[in-house]
Amino acid sequence: MSQAAPLQATPLNGVHRAMGAKMVDFGGWDMPVQYSGILDEHHAVRRAVGLFDVSHMGEIEVRGPEASKLVDFAATNAVDKLKDGQAHYSALLYDHGGFVDDILVHKVSDTSFFLCVNASNQEKDFEHIRAANRFDCEVEFASPRYAQLAVQGPKALETLRGLTTVDLAAIRYYWFEDGEVCGIPARLARTGYTGEDGFELYVAPDHAERVWRAVLEAGAPHGIRPCGLGARNTLRLEAKMALYGHEIDATINPIDAGLEWIVKYDKGDFIGRDALLAARGKPPRRKLAGFEMTGRGIGRDGYEVLVDGEVAGWVTSGSPSPTLGKNIGLCYLPPAAAEIGRPIQILIRNQPADAIVAATPFYRRAK
Amino acid sequence: MSTYPDTYRYTKEHEWVAVDAGIGTIGITHHAQSELGDIVYVDLPKVGAKVDAGKSFGSVESVKAVSDIYSPVSGEVTEINEALSAAPEKLNEDPHGSAWLVKIRLTAPEEIQSLMSSADYQTYIKAEQ
Repeated sequence: MSQAAPLQATPLNGVHRAMGAKMVDFGGWDMPVQYSGILDEHHAVRRAVGLFDVSHMGEIEVRGPEASKLVDFAATNAVDKLKDGQAHYSALLYDHGGFVDDILVHKVSDTSFFLCVNASNQEKDFEHIRAANRFDCEVEFASPRYAQLAVQGPKALETLRGLTTVDLAAIRYYWFEDGEVCGIPARLARTGYTGEDGFELYVAPDHAERVWRAVLEAGAPHGIRPCGLGARNTLRLEAKMALYGHEIDATINPIDAGLEWIVKYDKGDFIGRDALLAARGKPPRRKLAGFEMTGRGIGRDGYEVLVDGEVAGWVTSGSPSPTLGKNIGLCYLPPAAAEIGRPIQILIRNQPADAIVAATPFYRRAK
Repeated sequence: MSTYPDTYRYTKEHEWVAVDAGIGTIGITHHAQSELGDIVYVDLPKVGAKVDAGKSFGSVESVKAVSDIYSPVSGEVTEINEALSAAPEKLNEDPHGSAWLVKIRLTAPEEIQSLMSSADYQTYIKAEQ
């Protein structure tokens, strides 16, 4: 056994254990992987509502007269497109164009931005942004001040309605509002990582348990389930949302990942811009594609992909799709091989298993 | 809680074997299915395949993970549980009964002696947690 560092815990760790969640080490965090079961939780989110503790996610705040300049220089999307109370998906890149992280940028005001970042990248992200700061603003590592709960599913709004005075229906997708939940100050964002409607609630850690219990109680008539990271993964995979360390990492750039839509070249200089412009001038080296197993087995993360019998790519995420009842995944392929319907094979434990390139996202909710 | 039959023998990799008239029926334990979560796929050897004690002969997959199945005993596969291919979730529901995996004609019956009893296995999984 290696000498493992002590696991980090969210403010809800004791609640998860008391409620019988199965806990796992997730990137150094002691997190619930499942409560009632991944399939049950997955279906609850698609059909009703689920509650996730995502307090391991990091928060970084950028404040000051030139806050927007720093965010624009450090991240790829353009903040001048955001109104106060609006959020967007963005990325932090290295000079060479690879991902430091993918992030959500919330514009509180012209002089205040709230960034939600991945748990295992938060210290790295903070250092990255701070090192880029040659502007009149300050960068705060704000994670210790926030717990985050995700309420996701078609019944999310109805579940939360009685717990807040905020007009939830008036918050559009990827907008947020500051208000109260259960009388506790909260930031309510209509965002999520499941492909469903829903809200992500940011509250002070001391109040997380109260909000957790209140949401479960309010959601009980709708069939709410407490959910773990297992269902979060199957839900985001069906919706083709990237997961750092899988679809994206330091060796992958936004062009590879099909995420060039969050890169705004015309906004001026930003970290990674030159490398991306250079990459744009060449034929694409790889493409992120969906696949569906047609043969037996499940193509799992890291498995090799064969095109015409030769190793040509790798699986970034693979899993059964509880919604579709098929085995699905995402993989990197040579662009020429990434046409929908093309037969490929996944090397499953040294045995080639048949699959086809499939259209993504695998699941899109009805509007 | 599910009980671990006293007539079965158990491995550290969480398989069980029940021997009757030279045929060993093999499955995974309640503890194993509980740790795996929702089982969605089972890969079993063909009838007639030779298996060796301690070697992997197949796998079970949950939504989250793949897990090898190690044979508790050596021998030749005489029967596989065909029902599991259409209904792998039975492994979560009845791992010690109807969701057995394979039957094997033992070639070294004495191997059973080195496996754990029900009581030893239950002590073992408590210590593992």
